Amino acid sequence: MSEVALRLEAISHVFHPGTSSEVQALDRVDLQLERGTFTVVLGTNGSGKSSLLNAIAGSLALPQGRIYLDAQEVTRWPEQRRARLISRVFQNPFTGTASDLSVAENLVLAGGRGRRRWLRRALSRDRRRALRDAVAQLGMNLEDRLDTPIGLLSGGQRQALTVLMATMVRPTLLLLDEHTAALDPRSAEQVVRLTQQAIREGGLTTLMVTHSMTEAVELGDRVLVMHRGRVAYDLGDLRRRRLAEDDLLRFFDQLRWADRLDDSAAEMLRRTYV
Amino acid sequence: MNLLIGAVTIGLILALLGLGVFISYRIYDTIDLTADGSFGVGAACVAALLVRGVDPLLATLVAMLAGVVAGGITGVLHTQFLVNVFLAGVLTSTALYSVSLFLMGSGNLALGQADSLMTLAERLGQRLLGLPSSVMLFGTPVSGESIATLILMLLLAGGLALLLAFFLGTDLGLAMRAAGDNPRMAKAVAIDVDRMVVLGLALSNGLIALAGALFAQNAGFASIDMGIGALVTGLANLMLGEALLGRRPIGRWIAGALVGAVIFRLLVAAALRAGLNANALKLVTAVLVFAVLVLPQLRRKARPGIQAEGTRSHV
Repeated sequence: MSEVALRLEAISHVFHPGTSSEVQALDRVDLQLERGTFTVVLGTNGSGKSSLLNAIAGSLALPQGRIYLDAQEVTRWPEQRRARLISRVFQNPFTGTASDLSVAENLVLAGGRGRRRWLRRALSRDRRRALRDAVAQLGMNLEDRLDTPIGLLSGGQRQALTVLMATMVRPTLLLLDEHTAALDPRSAEQVVRLTQQAIREGGLTTLMVTHSMTEAVELGDRVLVMHRGRVAYDLGDLRRRRLAEDDLLRFFDQLRWADRLDDSAAEMLRRTYV
Repeated sequence: MNLLIGAVTIGLILALLGLGVFISYRIYDTIDLTADGSFGVGAACVAALLVRGVDPLLATLVAMLAGVVAGGITGVLHTQFLVNVFLAGVLTSTALYSVSLFLMGSGNLALGQADSLMTLAERLGQRLLGLPSSVMLFGTPVSGESIATLILMLLLAGGLALLLAFFLGTDLGLAMRAAGDNPRMAKAVAIDVDRMVVLGLALSNGLIALAGALFAQNAGFASIDMGIGALVTGLANLMLGEALLGRRPIGRWIAGALVGAVIFRLLVAAALRAGLNANALKLVTAVLVFAVLVLPQLRRKARPGIQAEGTRSHV
């Protein structure tokens, strides 16, 4: 076991290569995440932050670069194999749960991450009891609704259960993909609290994408700002720097300035040569 | 009376067809066009083996296996070679037509005096239950063979339905359901969705081929066109069951497929007796399925403000 949970070496991805709508989503990104740290990724739309998460999870194929989890190379592992080590909470609560299956069935499926699935009865009495206890810990009065189809629950309830599903079998890396963005403020707060609790209890290595700077500053040990497929700023050890939202806003302003410079430079070139 | 027993027996055989369609249509939310081919190849396979004197139990198992392989091929075409699922099913089904012809050597194959599961059932009935060759039931003579066959089919269909219900509650069965319900979620909890699709289609077509094999043995012959319309018949069975028993919990849903098949067959027998032209049977079945699919949407459209839901497909 190394001290580095995740290492990315020069990963790149291009959408629609060779066409006019070509986009460099990831441009030779290098990154290391220390074990037990909470890293937050910020960035504007199209900055590559979602691509980063998808590349790590394995749902985005990589033409270049290598990915290591626990010093083990996983670059060629398909998504479902990486999922034994990586768990993920999606932005949309519908994505992370199977609507027609009951709460208990969804949870037991998540509990099977990395276990061989064979002909054992999925919801044995022992497993049910354990699930019930785990759900009761959420404090959302869902323990009596284990047999309700999960699709009948609210977005907040589903997302709270998804957080439980992602953390009940300890992952090497937890990916949070703007997982509170689709919730109302109260549910979002509750889900953040549950997420923090699970991360603290498990000492989990976490990578979170968010739009909320408040969340970034409150939760993260380290903040990355993505821009045009690269890590534009890497703000480590936030606590010592006492980084505030204002500082982050300033960074974004700088990025915007840089963009405008690029644009005006391009404009100038065009006027000169075309 | 004979008509009634015959209808229930066929209903129970076609219930297996309903169970197979249940897996592809309800668990994977897809229309698997392999079904017609699997039903046909199941019938052809069992007939070809039985006339060569192969043990009926073994012949039936081999026929079922043919369906498993057929479904597996459709699954691999779809998941590994990314062929559209309808096209994959049609390709397999078309290929199976030739396979069936090859197996039977012609378009029809009569079992004649060959041993079959039905004659086996009759002998078992005589030995274990002391069934005479003919019994009086409600004033009509009924052959011991048809009673023994009915009992065997009841045990077989009931047993397989129970087995399927149990299977869907195991770790593997649940993984299959998750893969059908939400592939992204399934991948996120480390389920190999492609493998689950192949497994599901193999299982589905195994059941359908078994239904074909039993149908041929019950009819005493196999013909190349036996499988035509199998998928639609399976859908009709399933939908009738859903209308009668509902969809929750899953055991009830599966029981519905069984009950639906038997009742559908009874309705067919009644309609034929009342003078329905047997040639119109598939037309009526198709119209019935059409009505079940369309009626809820018409009802929704009749109430303004609620959007009619389109059909969806995950696989």
